[in-house]
Formats: sequence, structure tokens, C-alpha cells
Amino acid sequence: MSTRTDVAPLGPIGFDRDPSGYRHWSLAVDGNIATVTMRVDPDGGVRPDYQLRLNSYDLGVDIELHDVVQRLRFEHPEVHAVVLTGGLDKTFCAGANIQMLAGATHAHKVNFCKFTNETRNSIEDAGRHSGQVWLAAVNGTAAGGGYELALACEDIVLIDDRSSAVSLPEVALLAVLPGTGGLTRVVDKRKVRRDLADLFSTRTEGARGRQALQWGLVDAIAPRSSFDATVAERAAALAARSDRPAGPADAISLRPIDVVDDGRTRRYGHVTVAYDRAERSAAITVSGPGPEHAGDAVERLRAEGDRYWPLAACRQLDDALLHLRFNEPELGTWVLRTEGDPEAVLAVDAALAAAADHWLVREVRLFWARTLRRLDLSARTLITLVEPGSCFAGTLAELAWAADRTLQYDDLDGEHPPATLTVAAANGGWYPMANGLTRLQSRVWGHDELVGEAMASSGEPLDATAAAAAGLVTAAVDDIDWDDEIRLLLAERAGYSPDALTAMEANLRFVGPETMETTLFGRLPAWQNWVFSRPNATGPDGALLRYGSGTRPAYDRTRA
Amino acid sequence: MSIADYSDRIPNNVDLAGDRKLQRALEAWQPHFLDWWQQQGPVDFQESEIYLRTAISVDQEGWAQFGHVKMPDYRWGIFLADAKPDRTIAYGDHLGEPAWQQVPGEYRGELQRLIVVQGDTEPASVEQQRHLCHTAPSLYDLRNLFQVNVEEARHLWAMVYLLHGFFGRDGREEADELLHRTSGDRDHPRILGAFNERTPDWLSFFFFTYFTDRDGKYQLASLAESGFDPLARTCQFMLKEEAHHMFVGATGIGRVVQRTVELMRAHDTDDVAPYGGINLDTLQRYLNFHFSVSLDLFGAETSTNAANYYAAGLKGRFQEESRADDHRLHGDEVAVPTVADGRITTETVTALSALNLTLRDDYAADCQKGIDRWNRILAPIGRRLLAPHIGFNRQVGRFRGHPVTPDGRLVDAATWEAQRDAWLPNAADQAHVASLMTAVREPGRMANWLAAPANGINGRPLDFEYVRG
Repeated sequence: MSTRTDVAPLGPIGFDRDPSGYRHWSLAVDGNIATVTMRVDPDGGVRPDYQLRLNSYDLGVDIELHDVVQRLRFEHPEVHAVVLTGGLDKTFCAGANIQMLAGATHAHKVNFCKFTNETRNSIEDAGRHSGQVWLAAVNGTAAGGGYELALACEDIVLIDDRSSAVSLPEVALLAVLPGTGGLTRVVDKRKVRRDLADLFSTRTEGARGRQALQWGLVDAIAPRSSFDATVAERAAALAARSDRPAGPADAISLRPIDVVDDGRTRRYGHVTVAYDRAERSAAITVSGPGPEHAGDAVERLRAEGDRYWPLAACRQLDDALLHLRFNEPELGTWVLRTEGDPEAVLAVDAALAAAADHWLVREVRLFWARTLRRLDLSARTLITLVEPGSCFAGTLAELAWAADRTLQYDDLDGEHPPATLTVAAANGGWYPMANGLTRLQSRVWGHDELVGEAMASSGEPLDATAAAAAGLVTAAVDDIDWDDEIRLLLAERAGYSPDALTAMEANLRFVGPETMETTLFGRLPAWQNWVFSRPNATGPDGALLRYGSGTRPAYDRTRA
Repeated sequence: MSIADYSDRIPNNVDLAGDRKLQRALEAWQPHFLDWWQQQGPVDFQESEIYLRTAISVDQEGWAQFGHVKMPDYRWGIFLADAKPDRTIAYGDHLGEPAWQQVPGEYRGELQRLIVVQGDTEPASVEQQRHLCHTAPSLYDLRNLFQVNVEEARHLWAMVYLLHGFFGRDGREEADELLHRTSGDRDHPRILGAFNERTPDWLSFFFFTYFTDRDGKYQLASLAESGFDPLARTCQFMLKEEAHHMFVGATGIGRVVQRTVELMRAHDTDDVAPYGGINLDTLQRYLNFHFSVSLDLFGAETSTNAANYYAAGLKGRFQEESRADDHRLHGDEVAVPTVADGRITTETVTALSALNLTLRDDYAADCQKGIDRWNRILAPIGRRLLAPHIGFNRQVGRFRGHPVTPDGRLVDAATWEAQRDAWLPNAADQAHVASLMTAVREPGRMANWLAAPANGINGRPLDFEYVRG
């Protein structure tokens, strides 16, 4: 097996997929049950230096899965449960491809794991909030990331054929951690005893049938002969709990995202990204809704489909974030801006609130929640600029508190329309962060009275002085300082160590309670990335590079 | 103040009339500055008319315009030396890169700190000297004191311009703080310890302007090499004015020496104190004191800050560009005088870490030139003044805590203490010098303890009324 680490960097990675182009997945809908089958094309990797054998996956496989999850939610209201299964004989999924990991840059490994985790969270999110519950029909061995994929589902049925097992062999074989939440989900989600979890996580052969069931690693086992029936029965039971509509009413189609990128600017309909390579920053500007987006949310969705502003802008923002994360790793600061009419944003918010019970409107809000969480979890400095002509209100005001710093323009001369920040109902719980708190709560953590005062000001545009006094922005900066402050802030930030910034920001952003999600995105990557940078895993004699080479890894035996 | 007034009221070559941002910042700051000047500047002479030099431009004619002016009406200006086209950074990791016209964000904090520390010394010296106007030995000297004072205040303006123009809100707050700290204030003292000591008498003032202002010259000269071009150009112009302050010191001490020689000869004695003069021994003790405390201002011989500033291109060496080396100094070494195993020796350290020492050595060599000049006055009577050993009376750096004699011997603490009064200004010196401090206001007349200068100011005669009213 290859031990190369000098693989050429990937070209630009795109995230927009069309089901007709899937190489690794297939989707079949039967009544209210969808079956998603993984059959990875060994030659379909995003890099040519490895083969994706045994349903092992790389980023490309996961991007398609992400697309599947997303489309099921928006395009298939009638699907109430999703069966995830493997399309190979005796193998469900072998996890992330080892050669791919061995040849990936550190940054790619980290980004890859994060994206994969986000996708798995969105599977759980669909079950929890969208009435679309996933079931893993583990019809063969699920190793490492394969078992972690199953763990993201609410129900796991393991084939009991005396040979198929679930396992987390990373520690023993590769000297790394299961990278997509395996350890956390085993103990925190499935409540497996931690001594048994320790035993399980160090046994390369994992656990088969009865033992897996006994330890709580799976929810059901079934022999070959009754496997399909068991899966169907359990899926039907899960589907029965759903509150989604019975038919395909109001389903929309997620059309390709239009984007033009000339290397200096990346333009979507409602989102523009301006690259500043000298300053190592990217300015992300979200344009608010226009008058054509006003009115009843369900009516607008029926008329405009995926072009309805809140959905279109969110898709574009999500795509922009993923693009910047993967393809512009040196643009270390994202400057968040908006432009438009704050009242129009509030009007759209109000329309979404009025139709909150509609399944599709619910999806739009859930999508914003996921995209804002993706923003929170991005390893970039986030700076939000509340400027004249901006529309930081309600949903878009979340961008003000997602940021590490928020500056609001204080127009002493009254030469510009006032730069305002408007708190609204959307800020009171529509879009929880990974820590379960709102961004407003996280921003002023421990000062509930400020949250109360801010929510009490709902609908009222706050100028810089008021917003600064209310603790809602870092500083009100007057016009004479504005350009200097921003230039210095960006340049100063660009001078610091990217590693230290990422670590600092991650520590400060997620205040308060630890949740499974903060563990997945905090504790797990912190330890995993430590392991990734240690020679025992990634050194020339480390396990990741020696795996499969016939030579045993040589470990530095010091416990650190 | 209206916009039309700016360029007239505040002479400048930074397009103040066209820079609303700077105007707004200065509008807020300038009244506080004037309050400060009235309260902390030269007391009792605010209404007098002083024959002052004002810079109204940086060219040959403009930089020295003379005329009588009331000090609160002095036109403090903002000047940068002419820009050198396509200037590049001459040293450190950014060697050869274009000089920065804006603050590089990466070094914002360090640059702001350097400017604040430099800026803090400028008003501090005005505060330290504010009582001297009551005891000036002549109108000529009184005028020179005020010239030094207004120029130190202009140097404050220069640093405030940089803070206002380039450092945003933080810069404005720091500019305000420069007026809120006060020399010797118990709660809000000046940043550097030496600038919290009152300048007690005119002899101290002359030594201060010779030795301590010369430290300022070297600090400015190293900042004049800064990769941050506005700072470099500001300091280049300040150096021109700073030269006058050292002239005041060099000639002032020279005139005291001259008078002492005259009195020694006239009365054929070494002890001229009874005749209203200042003995050479006393002068030597003042020299010992001011030289040694000024050396402390250079900081510890080895300094990671200094190395970082150099590598970052923020602060160079004295006359960086005329030095024949690679201007990066990686791998270079220098010998630092130090005390080890009970003796004075040297230790080899990396050149980058020892930049404070390099600057201090340049400074000490420069100081010697003035001492040589005074010794030419002393030559006919066969006496000399000597710079003490660099280890003498040090509170900072390698010699701190090591009793070193002026001639460079390491002794025990008790021996040193027993000689303190022989080496440093003692109570009798101070009492005698204090007794000589009486104001002379008659044009052309000099106090008895110092000789008249060779020339008046700007070609004016010595009996010109340099200070009116």
C-alpha cells in the first residue's frame, strides 16, 4: 500500500450534485419509505491515487450523501423513513478510505471529517425535526466510518450471519480515533457502558450479532432470511411516527445552483464572495429579499420553488461556505456583510413564522439552522460589519452574533442611512447553535437580562450606540475610524497563527453547556487533530502510513 | 476651528485641510493639549513673547522661521520629512520590500507601543523642566529653554499625528492618555522612570539636554529607519529639531566649563565655589550621574523585543543603511560587557539579541565627542572630564547590582557606597548649585556661573530681548 504524502492538492471541489450524476448512491422510494443504497464506484474517488474498495468512501462519496439527505427532505415530503443500506455482498461500509487519508493534507483530513460529521448530523436532524427517520440496514460488516454512518441513524439492524460485525478498529489498526463521532455516539447516544465501549473500540474484529445487540451497539439483529422483513417492519414503525404529509404535495425540486466565479469574485443570485488574497480574507455579502419575495410563504414556495429568497439565499450561502472551506484555505477571515431592507427580511421571517407548521416552511428554517451552524463551525475568523444599507434583522441578524467580532457603523454626520441591527423572533430560538443555545444567548452568555432586553426590543432597529450599549455588537465605530479599524483588524488577524486562531475561536464560540454536537465538533477534532499531527499516526513509521504495508508501525512509547 | 484655518493655524505637510478624519481627531485633542500646556508647561510665561523658531515647512527656508510669539499661540505643526520615492525596508525579515505607507496590521500593537513610549517622553520633559523658567541664567538661556519646550511639544504632536492618522480609535485613546499621564504623578506617572524625575536646576538641564536628549536622538534615529514610512519620515524631521536641544546642552556645559576655567585662573584655585562658580569635581559628578542614568534608558543589553522589532522592520539600527553587513544579522555575534565570576568580562551573544547594546555603543561614542570638546577648553589648565565606565551606577542590564567604580573596577558594595559622594552629585554640590540658581532677566547679562555664548540666536546680538514681558 502506498505511503505517499506528496499527493498533488485537489482541484476545486464542487458541492452541488444532481441525482442523475450520482456515482456511489441510489435512491428508491416505495410508498413512504425510501431506500438509499451505497455502492461506491471504486474508480470514482476524487483523487486518482486510491481505489474506493469495499464501500470505503472519500469526500466525493460524502458530498453525494449530503445531497441525498438534502433532497429527501425538500423533494420527498411523502418519505417518512429512510433505509440506508449497502449495495455490496457482505460489506455494508468499510469507512473512510485509508489510502485517501494517508495521502491527504492535514487540512483536508480535518475539513473532510468536519463535513462528514455535519452530514451525519443532518441525518439525525432529519429524524428529529423533519419527520424523516433514518434506519441503518447493516447487511454486512460496518467498520470504522461505516459503523459511524449507521450510528447516525436512529435505528440499526445488523444482519446476523455469524460473520458480519460492527467495529471501530481505528485505535488498534490505524492509531487514530474514529473520526465521525463513533466514540461519542456509542456512549452518549446509545448509552453503551464506557468499559464495554473501551473493549469494543480496541477490538479490531468488533462485535457480531448477539453480542452487538447485547452491548447496545445495534437495535436489532436478523438472520439473512428475515433481514429484509425485519428492516421493512421497523422502517414502517418509524414512518408511522412521522408528521409529514402523506403525498407529494408542495414538493419542490432543488435545481442546480447558479454561480459565476472569476477568481476575484464569486457571484450567486443573493450571495457574493469577494476574495482578498493579499489580506487573506473573503467578504461574504448576503443580499436581503426584494419585494417579489414578500407574501405568504407557502404561496411563494409554490410559485418560486427553490428560488424563494429564504431557501435560495440559504443554499447559496451554504455552498459559498463549503467552497471557501475547501477551496480557499488561506483566506482565514470571512467578513460577513448584508445589503438590503431590514423590513423586508422581517417580513419574510414573519411569513415563515405564520406558516411554521407547513412541512416545507419548516425545512427552510431547519436548513438555515444547519447552514448557520456550518458557519459557526468554520475554522475561520468571522467578522460581521453592520454598515449603512445592510439588513441585519431577524434571520440575517444571526450573522452578527455568529461572528467573533461585530462592528457597527456609527454615523456621526448622518450622511448615510443608519446602520441598524434588529432583533426579532427568529433570534429567540429558530436557529440553535451546536451548544443548544441561541447565538444571542451565546454572545452574552451568563447575562440573561441582556437576552431578555434584546428580545424585548424585537422589531426595533437599533443604531450603533444602542446596539453597543445592549451588548449586541463589539463596538460602535464612527465614520472617521471605520476604514482604519477594519483594515487594521483584518491585517492584524491575518498576521496571527491560523492554528492559534482556529483553536481560540473554537474555544470562545461555544460557551455554556456541552452537547453531543459540541463534543463532536470540539473534543473529537481537538484530540483527533492532535493525533493526526503526531508521528505515531502520521509519521513515516506511523500506523496510518504503514497500514497494509506488511510492516508494523513503530510507536514512540511515551504517554503524553 | 474652521477648515480654512487649519493649514494656517497648524502648519503641516500632511494635507490636514483635506483630511477630515485627522481634523476631527485633532479638534477633540487640541483643546486638551492647550489645557495641558497651560497647566503643565512653563508656568508664569504664558503671556510673555518669546523669540521662537517655528517650522512652517520642511524646506530650507521654512523649517526655521523666527519671531516673537506667545507660547500658547505657538503654531505647533505636523511635518514629515520629504518622502523618498520607492523607499524599501532596509533590514530584517522584510528587507527589500516596499516600505509600508499604512500600519501593517501584523505589527499594529508593537508599532503603537513604540510610538506611545516615544510620544510619552516628549511632554514629560516639558513637565520635568517647567520650574526652570524661574531661575534662568540669562534671557538667551530662558529663550532656549522655551524653544526646547515648544519643540518637545511639537514632537508630541508628531506622535499624536501618527496615532490619529493611522491607529484608529485605539490611537486616539492613546493620544489622550499622553496628556493624562504626568511626570512624577503618583497615580499616573510617565511610562519611563527617568522621565518622572524633576529637572532640579539649570546645570541638570544642560546635562539632561546633552545626555538624555541624546538618548532620544538615538531612539528617534532608530525609528527613522522604520519600515512604517510615516513614522520614519516623522522621526527624520524631529531629529533636525532634536539637534538644537543637544546644542543647548553641549554649549551650555561648555559655557559652564569655560566660566570655571576663567574663575580658576582668576583666583588661582581649584575651588571656585566661593567665587560663584562650579567646581570641576562637581561637574564630573553631574556628568557621571547623567551619563549613567541615560545609559539605563537603552534598556537591557540583550532584548528579545529589540530583536523582534528589528526582524519585523519596525526599528532599525543607527544609520542602518550605511552599515556594511547583511542587515539581517542571522548568525552574527557580538560581545556584551558583563559581570561573571566576580570580574568584568564579556559574553558572546547573537547580534540580533543585542541591538540595544549596539545602539548604546553608538550613543556612548557620540557622547564622547562633547566631552572631548569640553576637554579642549580644559586643556590649557591640564584638567579633563571623563565619561565613567559603562558599568558605573547602573540600574538596568548586566551591571545592575554590581558596584563598579567610574574607572571600571568591580568593588564590594560597601566600598562603593563609601565613595558615592565622591562620584555622584552630593548634598553639598546640590546645595551649592541650587544657591546659584537666581534668575537673570537683563538682556545680554549672564549669571556668574556660566560664560556668555559665542553667538546670539539667528544672528541677533547677545543683548537682544529674547523674552519680552
